[in-house]
Amino acid sequence: MLDRVQQITPTASWTTERYTMTGDARDEHDKARRFRDAALPYLDDVFTLARYLMRTAADADDAVQECYLRALRHFDGYRGPAMKPWLLAILRNVCNAEFARRGKQETPADQTEEEEIASPMWQEPQLSQETTLLRQQDGETIRRLVAGLPAPFREAIVLREMNDLSYSEIAEVAGVPVGTVMSRLARARSMLRSAWNAAEGAAL
Amino acid sequence: MNCGEAEVMLHALIDGELDAGHARDVEAHAATCPGCTEKLKAFRAMRTAMANANLKEAAPASLRARIEAALPSSSARVIPLSQLSRPTRRTFFGGFAVGTAASAALAASLLLTVFHNDQEQAIANDVVSAHIRSLQAGHLMDVVTSDQHTVKPWFDGKVDVAPPVIDLTALGFTLLGGRLDYIDGEPVASVVYQRRKHVINLFVAQRLGAEHATVTARTVQGYNVRHWTEQGLDFWAVSDLDPIELGEFVQKVSAALHPTGPS
Repeated sequence: MLDRVQQITPTASWTTERYTMTGDARDEHDKARRFRDAALPYLDDVFTLARYLMRTAADADDAVQECYLRALRHFDGYRGPAMKPWLLAILRNVCNAEFARRGKQETPADQTEEEEIASPMWQEPQLSQETTLLRQQDGETIRRLVAGLPAPFREAIVLREMNDLSYSEIAEVAGVPVGTVMSRLARARSMLRSAWNAAEGAAL
Repeated sequence: MNCGEAEVMLHALIDGELDAGHARDVEAHAATCPGCTEKLKAFRAMRTAMANANLKEAAPASLRARIEAALPSSSARVIPLSQLSRPTRRTFFGGFAVGTAASAALAASLLLTVFHNDQEQAIANDVVSAHIRSLQAGHLMDVVTSDQHTVKPWFDGKVDVAPPVIDLTALGFTLLGGRLDYIDGEPVASVVYQRRKHVINLFVAQRLGAEHATVTARTVQGYNVRHWTEQGLDFWAVSDLDPIELGEFVQKVSAALHPTGPS
């Protein structure tokens, strides 16, 4: 009889501990679930930006994962802005931190001066009827053309066209004034148009 | 406005970022300037082409799985979080069978009961998430009709069950229509009802496993959830309707499934 009681006791305490742990885990699980409901719908957006900021698919995957982990860490204090620009801003920071860690092997969006990129490759298109009408390029070609843009312009055009952010949201994500967003987008589209026409010429 | 100013502003015009006054200014300038007209046209065409090319990338499933697995509490739990939140079809339904069988056997019953409850809770959470998603603009219904004979055939071939579609309008629950939803990536039928301003999603899925005939009530994120099993189907009713009225709804649905009266 006594033996039985002694046998039961450790089981009982184990049980209590198990319950407590499950309770804590449930709180964590609740938070993780709220986070999932709020943040995971934007996974494609975050991934898309990552694909254009990072050079390889593996780097993009890592950046996206790090972004979500960071976002979860700060989720308790999250009060806005909208979830999508918030996540994209975190992703951008993750990418830039990674570039910094690698010691400027690749130039992050922040550190390219706009004046520097006035390379002769990107001339304003000549005005002519031929260049007015853009041939429909396939998705893969457009991706390649966008990927070829210098970082700050690439980032601006992706945030606008792929992530569908407003100017003020882009400004928030990129940490620059709206006026800068406007000039970057104008420049980005000019460059893209030249490259587009060049690709068209090459294809014909 | 000169061309230099217009150069930047015409993008804001294309992007719909200008107020009416500035938009008029840019358009007025473009009207008198062939160069800017041409640019406006070209950039608009480019924007349309980009929109048509569908450039947003879909994150690979492996990445999604990695992120889910990396979210915390996965190591603290008996079952991985990824499995809990996105149970496979087998665990989605098989959980009931495992839980019930284990309880009956009274072997390791406590742990498995917790396990079982967690499974139920995980499904309840998923169902509430689906309900919340459905309330976002334009997501509520795929087939909009108050005619039950239109809703029911609509599900044919979309889900592997023939969900009962019951017109409860006379009883105070208006049939709004039906929707194909996904829980755990599997198509699930949702029949949508309304009581006053409150939307009720009635999710119907095929049941595998033991009978689960009693109605289970719970509250998730402020939404009332009822789950029961009948005629080989799992029913999950979710709404912000108060518990008593949702209970009434469940009763009416259940009664309608048994025209001769509750068994």
